[in-house]
Amino acid sequence: MSSNTDYLLAIEDLTVSFDGFKAVDSLNLYLDQNELRVIIGPNGAGKTTVLDLICGKTRATSGSVKFKNREMLGMPEHSIVRSGIGRKFQTPSIYENLTVYENLEVSFPRGRGVFGALTFKTTTEVEQRIQSVAETTFLQDYLHTEGAFLSHGQKQWLEIGMLLMQEPELMMLDEPVAGMSPAEREQTAELLKRISADRSILVIEHDMEFVSRIAKKVTVLHLGKILAEGSMDEIHNNQMVQDVYLGH
Amino acid sequence: MNTLQKRLFGSKEGLLGTLFLALILVVVLPLTLDIFRLNLMGKYLTYAFVAVGLVLLWGNAGVLSLGQGVFFGLGGYCMAMFLKLEASDPITTKIQSTPGIPDFMDWNQITALPAFWVPFKSFPFATLAILIVPAVIAYVVGAAMFKRRVGGVYFAVITQAIALIVSLGIDGNQGLTGGRNGITDLRTLLGWDIRTTFGQYTLYFTSVALLLGVIMLSRWVLSSKMGRILNAMSEKEDRVRFSGYDVSDFKIFIFCLAAMISGIGGAMFVLQVGFISPSLVGIVPSIEMVIFAAVGGKRSLLGAVYGTLLVNTGKSLFSETFPQLWLYAMGGLFILVVVLMPNGLAGLWDDYAKPWLHGAKKRLMERPPVDVGETKSNAPLAKII
Amino acid sequence: MMLAYTTSELTSIFTMQGFAGLSLFSVLLLMALGLAIIFGQMGVINMAHGEFMAAGAYTVYLCSTLTAKFAPAFQPYYFLFAIVAAFFVSGSLGLLVEWGLIRFLYKRPLDTLLATWGLSLIMQQTFRSTFGAREVTPTLPDWLMGSFKPTETIDIPINGVFVMGLTLFITAAVMFFTFKTRAGLRMRATVQNRMMSGAVGINTKVVDRLTFAIGCGIAGVAGAAFTTIGSTGPDSGSRYIVDTFLVVVFGGAASMLGTVASAFGIAQTQSISEFFLQGTMGKVTTLLAIVIILMIRPQGLFASKVRRA
Repeated sequence: MSSNTDYLLAIEDLTVSFDGFKAVDSLNLYLDQNELRVIIGPNGAGKTTVLDLICGKTRATSGSVKFKNREMLGMPEHSIVRSGIGRKFQTPSIYENLTVYENLEVSFPRGRGVFGALTFKTTTEVEQRIQSVAETTFLQDYLHTEGAFLSHGQKQWLEIGMLLMQEPELMMLDEPVAGMSPAEREQTAELLKRISADRSILVIEHDMEFVSRIAKKVTVLHLGKILAEGSMDEIHNNQMVQDVYLGH
Repeated sequence: MNTLQKRLFGSKEGLLGTLFLALILVVVLPLTLDIFRLNLMGKYLTYAFVAVGLVLLWGNAGVLSLGQGVFFGLGGYCMAMFLKLEASDPITTKIQSTPGIPDFMDWNQITALPAFWVPFKSFPFATLAILIVPAVIAYVVGAAMFKRRVGGVYFAVITQAIALIVSLGIDGNQGLTGGRNGITDLRTLLGWDIRTTFGQYTLYFTSVALLLGVIMLSRWVLSSKMGRILNAMSEKEDRVRFSGYDVSDFKIFIFCLAAMISGIGGAMFVLQVGFISPSLVGIVPSIEMVIFAAVGGKRSLLGAVYGTLLVNTGKSLFSETFPQLWLYAMGGLFILVVVLMPNGLAGLWDDYAKPWLHGAKKRLMERPPVDVGETKSNAPLAKII
Repeated sequence: MMLAYTTSELTSIFTMQGFAGLSLFSVLLLMALGLAIIFGQMGVINMAHGEFMAAGAYTVYLCSTLTAKFAPAFQPYYFLFAIVAAFFVSGSLGLLVEWGLIRFLYKRPLDTLLATWGLSLIMQQTFRSTFGAREVTPTLPDWLMGSFKPTETIDIPINGVFVMGLTLFITAAVMFFTFKTRAGLRMRATVQNRMMSGAVGINTKVVDRLTFAIGCGIAGVAGAAFTTIGSTGPDSGSRYIVDTFLVVVFGGAASMLGTVASAFGIAQTQSISEFFLQGTMGKVTTLLAIVIILMIRPQGLFASKVRRA
């Protein structure tokens, strides 16, 4: 088990139970470098819980989560983030009272300690990063708008932008297109394709149309276990998946 | 303006505000008040240190402590212990059964100076202790609570319990601390009489200078990335954590800083008023200091000073004329500020006075202002009020 | 220090202080039950909770005075009615306060803390203006006075036993209400999921108001119990408020059993340590011990996870 692998993320036998209820049950999941993986599944399948376990928000009952061959379980959240895992929450989680610029600035991965934060200076390098991330996430015209005044879709993009500031090697996105207009979904699909060029991305999504647009490999989760894994076509034709979704 | 200036004073408006406060404290009050009233103001200013600390801790980091009086008291007791030892030289105290120790120890049949008093014979040690003791206590409490993710109402309740424990503990150990009466009869600081008119003026101006210094230091902290992280943290703690910050470290830091600032206030209180007692440490003073900050506007450093002066002046006027009404007024103030004026005086200033001033300026100059970008919409706030 | 006592003396001391502690336990538990119900329901710490207790105590005093004046023959029985009156007086006050203040502050727990502190100042001054600054004591019926004497050196006061019984009754009633009635079900549903409860037709506003009123009413009963062990002054309630917080937090806010156990532990420690240490130091030691334990184990004794406010 302790052997090193080439996987960026290797989840083995991951289990968490709440009062005896196994929300995630002996899960095995492997993610390659620069892979974009989509996790789908009916409500209550344990999708968000898997992300919570990886990023340390929820403590696992047993199993192992290895990121670049390093065990992540038991590490505090901020250390997990610092080792290169970024996480977007289901409802956009941005700082409503700060401007887009400040939101991105706070997310820049320097000056993370108390004294670093006191002496942190916004250098031209930081400014350029903010500028380029804002452009990537279609927010270049909103840099000085307060978070509260952005549309729902823009908030989603801003949170993705905040993750990009950290340059994570693994990005986990929980329902990135929820509440977006069709045009915004299209833009987001483009955005994900562009940023997946040099990092791995784990997406949870309900919107099947969106999934089929971005996904190469899909994992179907059901009752905390993996039901199927494969390309979008394989999943479509899988009898078990159809049963679960159509409710037999 | 160069950047350091910006970091210390904020915008041009912040610079003007600081200068205006300095003008009031340094020129207006000393010229209009007699020394008795000015000394009273000096006493209130020492509470303003605590209020400034609360602006950092509560207003900006969203952590409410109901035990800030403890740190004020610790700073005060450190100073008072030094002064008391100076006032208890063997010659002055020769009628005691044990000369050379504080009088209250002698009354309690204590025959030797307790060990923890001994270092307070040294002025440098006492000065250092005024800053370090509050910070260490804050660190211990903060580390225990914040590392375990205790916050909000829980933290408020625990700090309140600590205020009760410390005040009762001081009260119950008469021989070691002076008990309920506190440490009294403080006369000189390094041989210099603190009770003369000249002494009181000097101490008043020292308090003002320290307070303005503390405000600038606080603004420096808040204008750094630290300030943005604190604000972000009070709004979405999880997001900050998942941006790679150890949230508890930031809370511990700001709690310690607020404690140190409160300690300075306590030390200046002792110098100006000449005593310290557990009645300044317990639950009631601690929560009253919260309301000083709230009246000024919990996010406004300058507001904290105005709030403190206003509430205390009101208190002394009220309790002279209608003592029985004071508690109603104070209770009403708590409710009023919380329900109707969540941003206190500073909020009123931003919402009403500033737009009016802006309009007046516009009318005077009769041409469109060059920069209107500064007036930020405060629509959600206006709705609450 | 304990070496100065013989074993039998120690036994007597522990038994008597233990029974004295039972009265304190009763008051703390009743206070904590009310506070915990309100906290659990709304995430609000009611700083004026002590004043609702004082209101209950003053109600008993008023009943006692009125009985002595107009119906002296009723004197032996008035206390039972006074307890009920205390519940309703404090409960109605609570209803009023929820309507006039608390409902504007939901989701702002820290603000509620400060606002209810303001309320407590106003209530204290009202007590002072109405009943005077001096402490008052209702005349207790004769059957509550006196004590059992199981051995030569042990005295067990009857009022302590009575109050204890009252507390057990109220605790059982609260448990029954919460877990066995429709209203209790609605209350628990609202705690779990406010929006969903609203969606399935529970009037969450009414639930909140009633919960707050019941919590305050129980504080009133605590006040009635309090009159049997101490005299009532304007700030009697505020002296219990911190202890009550600690009982609630220490027991683990969500656990009824935890609240009972922690009230018992705190009351007994305080009562027994007060005998061996001078006055306030017993209390200091007890509170300090609790705070230190809470720093190490912030979730309290019985709760399974930390509540993040």
